[in-house]
Amino acid sequence: MASPGGDRSGPDHLGREWWWDKIAQVLLFGGGISAIVFIIAIFVFIAQQGLGYALVDLDLATYFTSPEWRPTSEPEPVFGALALIVGTASVTGLAMLVSVPFSIGAAIFIGEFATGRTREILKVLVELLAAIPSVVWGFIGLMVMSPLLMDVFDVSVGVSVLNAGLILGLMAAPIMTTIAEDALKAVPDGFREAAEAMGATRWQVIRQVVLPSAKNGLVAAVLLGVGRGFGETMAVLMASGHSINMPTSPLDQVRALTATIAAELGETARGSDHYRVLFSIGILLFLVTFIINLLADMFVRGKKTAR
Amino acid sequence: MAEAREPAIRTRGLNLWYGDFQALFDVDLDIARGRVTSLIGPSGCGKSTFLRSVNRIIERLDYVRTSGSIEVMGQDVLASDVALTQLRREVGMVFQRPNPLPISVRRNVLFAHRLHNPHGQSRAEEDELVERVLREVLLWDQVKDRLDSLATGLSLEEQQKLCIARLLPVKPSVLLMDEPCSALDPEATSAVEELIWELRGDYSILIVTHNMAQARRASDECIFMLLGKVVEHAPTGDMFVTPTHSETADYIEGRYG
Repeated sequence: MASPGGDRSGPDHLGREWWWDKIAQVLLFGGGISAIVFIIAIFVFIAQQGLGYALVDLDLATYFTSPEWRPTSEPEPVFGALALIVGTASVTGLAMLVSVPFSIGAAIFIGEFATGRTREILKVLVELLAAIPSVVWGFIGLMVMSPLLMDVFDVSVGVSVLNAGLILGLMAAPIMTTIAEDALKAVPDGFREAAEAMGATRWQVIRQVVLPSAKNGLVAAVLLGVGRGFGETMAVLMASGHSINMPTSPLDQVRALTATIAAELGETARGSDHYRVLFSIGILLFLVTFIINLLADMFVRGKKTAR
Repeated sequence: MAEAREPAIRTRGLNLWYGDFQALFDVDLDIARGRVTSLIGPSGCGKSTFLRSVNRIIERLDYVRTSGSIEVMGQDVLASDVALTQLRREVGMVFQRPNPLPISVRRNVLFAHRLHNPHGQSRAEEDELVERVLREVLLWDQVKDRLDSLATGLSLEEQQKLCIARLLPVKPSVLLMDEPCSALDPEATSAVEELIWELRGDYSILIVTHNMAQARRASDECIFMLLGKVVEHAPTGDMFVTPTHSETADYIEGRYG
């Protein structure tokens, strides 16, 4: 009599467990592979829409050196992305100036000093901050930061590189803090104990042992923050002033690459030069964030092999 | 045992709690100067706890409370005005797993030295110091060509010797060793034991061990602890030949532990 488990019917019998195992395997494989498929699909789509144009029709010299972005001017539109590139770079740069000290400091406090309840509460708060939608940050930039900056610096327009940089810095800080804290946590406790047992103070332990050991992870955290800043659209669009301009001071208005795509793509004719040049901006953004993420990844891996 | 010289470590009525759990009960111990004292007992008997309370590294756990007194070379170390950095300069510690810092061999040796001499010394003075202490731990010949490579790449025996070497530049008077050979193979164990034996005299050494044979061959005095209390403290020879307590006899004969 065959038992319900069916394990008597020979080695080639496929029981229920075997099928579940197979199904789970296929589902998990599908889930894993889909991430790669989607990335490649997105890249193919953007490349197909913009790459041919960018390489053949687009005047790359003008694109990278001219601050004139006049995509709709007739008869001769000008596609100079320099002002947009500078806009994105200045906002991201300022954001990093704000967020790197904040987030590394916060990570050190949470990872090395805070204990018990304080630590748990802080971690939850930081993760909560990371979950605030970017449009809300843009709103804060527009409604809170802007009047504040007008007051403090006595200027007539409050949306600017400074505003967008501060907002973006605050936005990027939580994720950088989380990753930096992970990097600190990955430093074996034996190192701290050894250094403390030799008479190092907490600060000496952190500066001479923990930070050097966590260096790669911290660099990765900063790079991911940069990537986040580079790709951020809505908050920057709202807080930067969105006017094409080569900034000469932090209080100038700028326009970011991302914001340009968001604002203009809906109004272009599909397949037109303007449409395609926006996709070429997409390619540029994609390449930059891709390189940044790759670097971050290499730093994280570097940490593993150095052990 | 002569009481003429002040002991290296003297504790009176030392109690220690991990939260609500009491790990040490009224420990009164005098650890002799310039000798090797081994601390034996079954797992969880409080030997490591005792060791780690002497340099107060145990306070890294914020739920630890202590009462009673600990004196190192006549100084009360539990007093509120004790500088931990100075205490840990006086009392070096070697851990169970070799834990060199992930920096070069040279910088490991100089780590504590540089902490306590922040104004720095010339390269030549430092080089001389590195060579001297590495020779003292019988490691110089093995690592002299690898001073600038990562200390974490050395063999375990070399790492453990390095962990001892890096304590010496600041001239501690007491060395605490928490099962320093348990991660090592037999050959490395005997090399490190030999080193510990060499160092006695200059340093007072308190060593926790699970290894009866090691306690027997590499210590002058022996302390047996059980459930947080000191059961017996005697010269090693006497303890292993004629233990006065039946618990001691049972333990060293391997009836439990």
